[in-house]
Amino acid sequence: MNCVLGPDNILHDTLLYRVIYEWVGQALPCGLAYAVAGLVIMFILVNLVLLGAAMLSWAERRIIGRMQNRIGPNRWGPFGLFQPIADVVKLLLKEDLTPANADKLAYFMAPVLMLMPVLLVLAVVPFAKDTALANLNVGVLYVLALGSLTTVAIFVAGWASNNRFAMFGAARGVAVLISYEIPVVLSLLGVVLVAGSMSLADVVAAQTVPFLLVQPAALFVFLAGTSAELNRTPFDVAEAESELIAGFHIEFSGIKFAVIQAAEFGATLAAAALVVTFFLSGWSGPASSYIGWFWFLLKLMAVIFLFTWVRATLPRLRIDQLMALAWKFLLPLSMINLLATTLEVYFFRNSEGALSTADLWIMTGINLPLTVVCIVLFSNLVKDRVGPAAGRRQAAAGIPAATETGGAA
Amino acid sequence: MPIRTEPMTVNVGPHHPSTHGVFRLRVTFDGEEILEVEPVFGYLHRGTEKLAESRNYTHIVTLTDRLDYVSSMINNQAYCLGVERLLGVEAPLRGQYLRTIASELQRIASHLIGIGFFVQDLGALVTPLMYCFRTRERILDLFEMLCGARVTVSYARPGGVFYDAPDDFWPALDDFMKTFRAEFGEIEQLVLENEIVRARTRGVSPLPLDLAINCSVSGPVLRASGLEWDWRKMEPYDVYDRVEFDVPVGSNGDNYDRFWVRFQEIRQSARIIEQCVEQIEPGPVRLELPLLVRPEPGAETYARVEASKGELAFYMVSDGGISPYRMKIRSPSLINLTVTEHLLVGWKLADMIVTLGSVDINMGEVDR
Repeated sequence: MNCVLGPDNILHDTLLYRVIYEWVGQALPCGLAYAVAGLVIMFILVNLVLLGAAMLSWAERRIIGRMQNRIGPNRWGPFGLFQPIADVVKLLLKEDLTPANADKLAYFMAPVLMLMPVLLVLAVVPFAKDTALANLNVGVLYVLALGSLTTVAIFVAGWASNNRFAMFGAARGVAVLISYEIPVVLSLLGVVLVAGSMSLADVVAAQTVPFLLVQPAALFVFLAGTSAELNRTPFDVAEAESELIAGFHIEFSGIKFAVIQAAEFGATLAAAALVVTFFLSGWSGPASSYIGWFWFLLKLMAVIFLFTWVRATLPRLRIDQLMALAWKFLLPLSMINLLATTLEVYFFRNSEGALSTADLWIMTGINLPLTVVCIVLFSNLVKDRVGPAAGRRQAAAGIPAATETGGAA
Repeated sequence: MPIRTEPMTVNVGPHHPSTHGVFRLRVTFDGEEILEVEPVFGYLHRGTEKLAESRNYTHIVTLTDRLDYVSSMINNQAYCLGVERLLGVEAPLRGQYLRTIASELQRIASHLIGIGFFVQDLGALVTPLMYCFRTRERILDLFEMLCGARVTVSYARPGGVFYDAPDDFWPALDDFMKTFRAEFGEIEQLVLENEIVRARTRGVSPLPLDLAINCSVSGPVLRASGLEWDWRKMEPYDVYDRVEFDVPVGSNGDNYDRFWVRFQEIRQSARIIEQCVEQIEPGPVRLELPLLVRPEPGAETYARVEASKGELAFYMVSDGGISPYRMKIRSPSLINLTVTEHLLVGWKLADMIVTLGSVDINMGEVDR
């Protein structure tokens, strides 16, 4: 029936969708072909993310294993590559427990709510030239909006479990996510300003100089902020194994637990993909028209390795220190970055509002030293303020001060 | 609009990953802050003291292994010193040296566990713990050469040690001591200078010295509060009067100091071992005692040693039979727990876990 996607359609720029649609459209009515192509894209996306999450769980366990003088999973398949499959099969066969007084519907929904934003975020990431599953012109906004959905999922999970540890985790998770959302948004505003577009494909195209250099402060804030939103050490207060056992997902077992795990690893994958797209010039590289996916994967792996490395090395911050870091350190840093970037873009842009490569290099020259100075300055300021709240304890405790307990010394 | 809140009571434990065994804390929280703490223990009670009354003096050695199961060597040593004093005998010099070497190795292993789990409680994903375990494994290998067992060793016996060290033990110990400092330096670098570790532990849950003394706290926890008090110095047993070592002392008594003191003590233990290896001479390792010893009726003794967690003491009374009439164990972990409430109230949930880790309790010893 020869359906053709017109240039006015929002999905026209999405090459993969257009190809599938036009191919299916040869046999089916156009309305049906539209739906079928959508389903095919969704099928690809879901499986890609789940497979990626499975591979990531294997990679992370192996890398952390090496860092800890262990071997890591190496029994099942070559290099233990099938370990995630074995894990999933085990979890599928386990009993799926629901706590007696749980809110059944919310408890059932929570894992799905967690997985959904992860899947949707990856839809707009360009893996190679014209390969984003949906090339949205408001990509950055879409990514940020979906990122904050996780907050709801975590709170639903904690609340529905009817467990006090889960409630602790949920409360902490919400506090952290809301606090860190702000610096992350502000840091991405700098990127959007320089790129001059909210479409992720345009952001990649604008990076003739990787934004790693042009926007170092934004990268720092974004890395710290996403680590916090992903519940990874040093910011994993919502799960905090040593304190809250597993935090908000303490009651989840069987397939629900598997879905939560998939969502967490998928979220790491999505965050790494966003770091690559926003700061490491996405799929660009030598011969990127043909092997863009290779460069993308390479950079993705480097970022994931960084995440894993941090996770294996650092202890956890306390919740008040975490808040102090967000409000006293990351927020001012991202604001300064935004201000500097605004001024630079205002003065450097040409009559069409675009920036040349030379301009980007000049901005690098300004922003890199600025970031280093700010980080050193702020870290010294914050260091003194994140100490424990001494003095409060006696009032709260009703315990007499130390000097009154006797002077045997 | 003010939001109505109310305190929440949570049972932390007995099966919580960070209570170091089966320890339970009934905690009332106001948000994250602790209002009330009630420690509940007894989940690992095995009646060791009562069991001892129906075992003979040699059999009881195996019971002491299971008190603080990460420092069995020191428990054995303390108990055997007690029996020797009941009988009025002294172990041969080589036996005493072997006991000292084994005890100091065990102290290193025990402190490594303390440090590893402390950093684990801080939230580090097992990495520092694995570094500590790497070194501890090698110490356990040495124990295996000495007596065939790794954890429940029963190496010290009334009147000396079970058996002389095999010939290949000495080169293995040398080898261990050579690489130990480098491995330990790695752990120190990884955790002691970490900015997050400092931010989380400095000034948190300080224990004032007068309170520590009043509560009879001992070991690294007491020394971190600023008192130089070590039974190896105050009342030397075995060969501690023949070796030189320092007693590291903290100043603030906070979590960081308790943790720091353990690091320094490991270095001192290594020093002691090196001196013992130099001084030790061939000879018998165990007194010829009858299989079933019978101390004088009415004989009693209070034998104390500086165990890895503090003052470990055995009080024994004999009625002339083959088993003690009464054996009372003074376990450092239990006594150190008496300051729990003071340490925890007013701090946050995250600090609570870390403070418990810094006191370094062992439930096998607390419940007995």
